[in-house]
Amino acid sequence: MTASTNASRFDAAPRGVRSSFEYVEGWGMAVGAHGRVFRPRTVDELRAVFASARRDGVTLGLRGSGCSYGDASVNERGHVLDVRGMNRIMAWDPATGVAECEPGVTIEQLWKTILPDGWWPRVVSGTMFPTLAGAAAMNIHGKNNYAVGPIGDAIRAFDLVTPSGELLTCDRERNADLFHAAIGGFGMLGAFARIVLATKRVHSGDLEVRALRVPGLAEAMEAMDARTGSADYLVAWLDAFADGAALGRGLIHAARYLEPGEDPDPARTLAVARQELPPNIFGVPKSEAWRALRLLNHDAGMRALNAAKYAVSALEVERGAYRQSHAAFAFLLDYVPNWKWAYGRRAGHGLIQYQVFVPKETAYRVLRAVLEESQRARIVPYLAVLKRHRPDPFWLTHAVDGWSLALDFKVTPETKEALWRHCSALTERVLDGGGKFYFAKDLVLAPEHARRMFPAKELAAFGALKRRLDPDNLLSTNLARRVFDGFA
Amino acid sequence: MTTATAPRPPETPARAATPGKRALVVGASSGIGAALAKRLVAEGWQVAAVARRAELLDLLAAECAKLPRAGGGGLVTAVHDVARAHEVPELFERLARELGGLDLVVYAAAVMPKVAKDEYDTEKDLEQLAVNVGGCIAWGNAAARLFQSQRFGTLVGISSIAGERGRKGAPVYGTTKAAMNTYLEALRNRLSECGVHVCTIKPGFVDTDMTKGMGKLLWLISADEAARLILKAARARANERFVPRQWWIVATVIKNIPSFLFKKLNV
Repeated sequence: MTASTNASRFDAAPRGVRSSFEYVEGWGMAVGAHGRVFRPRTVDELRAVFASARRDGVTLGLRGSGCSYGDASVNERGHVLDVRGMNRIMAWDPATGVAECEPGVTIEQLWKTILPDGWWPRVVSGTMFPTLAGAAAMNIHGKNNYAVGPIGDAIRAFDLVTPSGELLTCDRERNADLFHAAIGGFGMLGAFARIVLATKRVHSGDLEVRALRVPGLAEAMEAMDARTGSADYLVAWLDAFADGAALGRGLIHAARYLEPGEDPDPARTLAVARQELPPNIFGVPKSEAWRALRLLNHDAGMRALNAAKYAVSALEVERGAYRQSHAAFAFLLDYVPNWKWAYGRRAGHGLIQYQVFVPKETAYRVLRAVLEESQRARIVPYLAVLKRHRPDPFWLTHAVDGWSLALDFKVTPETKEALWRHCSALTERVLDGGGKFYFAKDLVLAPEHARRMFPAKELAAFGALKRRLDPDNLLSTNLARRVFDGFA
Repeated sequence: MTTATAPRPPETPARAATPGKRALVVGASSGIGAALAKRLVAEGWQVAAVARRAELLDLLAAECAKLPRAGGGGLVTAVHDVARAHEVPELFERLARELGGLDLVVYAAAVMPKVAKDEYDTEKDLEQLAVNVGGCIAWGNAAARLFQSQRFGTLVGISSIAGERGRKGAPVYGTTKAAMNTYLEALRNRLSECGVHVCTIKPGFVDTDMTKGMGKLLWLISADEAARLILKAARARANERFVPRQWWIVATVIKNIPSFLFKKLNV
């Protein structure tokens, strides 16, 4: 007996390019599919993959480290091109702080290269594993978005291989339209082949951090707004289970770079070894720590964990200002490896992050409603993080002059229908308040939402550019089909 | 509210992303590999049988067609020479797609040419290396990539008792099996974190073409009995398993003979 096969259309692989057959999923594990993954090592190999996919009439989804929570780098109807095979730092100038990198260079590689020379990436995510190509394609932001913008604002120039195989150099003068569209263009216009970015001069491997406890959402927003001038980083964790008068209670972390002279021995603190995250957590090897979180991964456990964190935070506030390494402050998501497995390891179990961006004028009202409605629906996020943002010039940016609230919702095959209905209701609230969403975090939006959140002019221009550079729709992902109807 | 037009959650997990009964056996044309393929089909598995000799694969397919089909088992075959490692990624993908996913990969391909006492034939030795080790690494890597990414699956490598010590009779055969043991152990240690299991099987003497003409052999078992014990070990998630188990005693003794004595022995 021979099983029926759709394998024939997948047969011709470009010679010499490494490929394998894998399960490719979003970081949150709620979506994924088996498929072929190409790992080119050079621009020529990358072009060969484009050419062979075009010949076979198969779409390609571009993927970096796969850190987007949703379906941004999943392509269940075609192949996937993983750029991590191209991962050299081509040039690094410790005098100017400008780095020229291949697309698969990760944030980890970058900071470990530049920190000993007294530099730090201007923008980093909560994890150090994303590639620069992925970071640029999603236009990631950090805890300093209100001050320095997204990573696109730190990028000086890039080379983009378009679907036709052409290599275009883009910056704010040359191909300026493409520069502002491809950053945040979620891999629809071409593959980054080289990224040049500026970094930030630092005078110590440490930051000065101060924790501040807030009894509610209004106080959190007020306290953060009061510090945007003095703090270089601001982030608040909120206890999403707290209700009534305690709604939005949480803990703010404000950090600032040290001035020259404040660190008596910068050479010591700038060393990479000193930045490393702790290998054990309460004596448990890090690699097994997710199992402890697994035991708490239900509403009652997470309610208790959030409440305990709020209670314990009083101790941290008492410490006053303290110093913490850049890596330890920035990469909270890397403390417990594979912590997402606490949400279950079988395919289809996992989490979505639902991050809403709301202009400051409506933010308090909308964010309050988001928290309250989640509690009312008994679909409470296990983690909630509040950040301050500023606008930027990229066409499909998620940024607003306002606030974002990132919510981790648990997904199971049984609960996902109700969760999607809930998010849909929240999305209406957010869009009514002039809000936006971020594709690195999204798995719930539909085309109508894209039409409402982006200015019509930008959306039309992006579609026109896509059709010009990629008339055959070679580059596609689940995200592109879900939110943009595949640019059909 | 616009619940009527609300976007739908993704339709995962697909069947391929959930555990089932789909196996790939490399080196399935004869011996232990063929016996494993037959047993799996009889137990209701979808099996892809890979081997170099097409006529033997046809024979295997004919035999499997005669098996009772209560459990809905089936066999697909593919002709492939494991020494051609560059062909593996595409063939692996094609077969995994045909089976609709993959839960078990068995690497059972091996050659053991007769080696004379004073023979040092590099070409012959490297050929063994390509089949016994190169092929194992090529198929093992493909399986590891898939299993790690989907967080389930079992890889079984048919090694040998011969990998325990370097013996006079078969210097390179023993070397290939020792290499396989180390490789499989490393994969096991890598993949255990994500729930994937790697099982190293060390058979003693099994009644196959490989042992033909060797005379009377200690604890000789049939290929089908070996296959039964191997599947039992894989289900028990054994790390290393001698087949049959009493070879463990021999291995322990042999491993502990000091070299000054071992080199005088004719084992």
